[in-house]
Amino acid sequence: MIETDILIIGAGPTGLFTVFEAGLLKLRCHLIDALAQPGGQCSEIYPKKPIYDIPAYPEILAGDLTEKLLEQGKQFQPGFTLGERAETIDKQDDGTFIVTTNKGTKHKAPVVAIAGGLGSFEPRKPKIDNLEQFEDNGVEYIIKEPELYRDKDVVIAGGGDSALDWSIFLTDVAKSVTLIHRRNEFRGALDSVEKVQELKNLGKINLITPAEVKGILGDDKVTGVVVEQKDKEPFIIDTDHFIPLFGLAPKLGPIGNWGLEIEKNAIKVDNSLDYQTNIPGIYAIGDVNTYPGKLKLILCGFHEATLMCQSAYKRIFPDKKYVMKYTTVGGVEGFDGTKKEAPKAVVKAIN
Amino acid sequence: MDINIKIKDREGVIHDILAPTDMAMNLMEVVRSYELAPEGTIGICGGMAMCASCQCYVTSKHELPKMSDDEDAMLAEAFDVEDNSRLGCQIQMTPELEGLEVELAPES
Repeated sequence: MIETDILIIGAGPTGLFTVFEAGLLKLRCHLIDALAQPGGQCSEIYPKKPIYDIPAYPEILAGDLTEKLLEQGKQFQPGFTLGERAETIDKQDDGTFIVTTNKGTKHKAPVVAIAGGLGSFEPRKPKIDNLEQFEDNGVEYIIKEPELYRDKDVVIAGGGDSALDWSIFLTDVAKSVTLIHRRNEFRGALDSVEKVQELKNLGKINLITPAEVKGILGDDKVTGVVVEQKDKEPFIIDTDHFIPLFGLAPKLGPIGNWGLEIEKNAIKVDNSLDYQTNIPGIYAIGDVNTYPGKLKLILCGFHEATLMCQSAYKRIFPDKKYVMKYTTVGGVEGFDGTKKEAPKAVVKAIN
Repeated sequence: MDINIKIKDREGVIHDILAPTDMAMNLMEVVRSYELAPEGTIGICGGMAMCASCQCYVTSKHELPKMSDDEDAMLAEAFDVEDNSRLGCQIQMTPELEGLEVELAPES
């Protein structure tokens, strides 16, 4: 069991900044994120896009912002559970919460801060009637273990980088690789597109465009897919695996079933006070919350995180006195023993 | 100046609305400002042509701005794409679009 003071669901900019604000109050944080890396949308959707409304940064790339937030909070030694989605929450008799991920990892904390942005990123699934019935029985949306495909026939659908890269990679592993895309053109790194072309010419990738997979065949496991190609009769390709790679889309997901008040696909919070939800001890900050006048901006998430931490402190230490201290005055004392502070002015007498 | 546009929502209801042309708004933002689709189901990426949640079908004969590579690439990956599919976030409201008619694509 992982134990911490503030358990943060979501490692986007708001969640990462929470680590810093909590650290100033000597509260430790642990973050859970469904993505394999921190940064949330900033690293998953638009790492190379500039942001212009982060105070004091006239321009900063989303990926660089993530780096800087990690750097800013690192002396507070946050823990991370990455690549796992927060699934359930259970309130204990002592008022603490236990959050369990889809992989069964348990986390315990007196305060939970949901900084989940638009939700957890889930693979986008093509609309094929019997698709879900074959999930993990030949249909996979994410390639976790390439060895699964050793000496098997594999059909990949999609036209982006991951479809290209996995097609290339699996030519060395699988018995056959078929890549199906709705268009003749692929978008992706030029290297990957050229490599696929080369492998196609060598007969190592069976490229079918413009075409779409419209059906899946098999009893309990995939045995083939039905392909529709422009101006042709639908035909069947025998295969052991069908891997649709159409990117990721955020969904509010299991958090929506935690008994929190939801409005406009977001979690309602008390913005007049501390961004607490209808369940005391559970807060929601950043893009995932809503209140009158809410703006989904990173800078608003930073503010919400700061106020939330003050409230969390009072919840954890109801009897302890504390007033907010400026970092300019108190410096920043890390849990790792480091201390940042303003250099002392030299004092020397004049005779 | 405002223009009149017709938007058929995902339930099939047609809305006659006024869209401003002087606020640098795009069609996705117009839909959101009138709340014609639930928050969180449209404009998810914020308007960067990176999610296709604002896909719509253009049913009037207007000449629209040409598709950027980003938009074209996103539509190549999206579902329910038709020949008249566009991303609402890439259609700026301009006086030339007076009378525009569009239909929102299903939620994906």
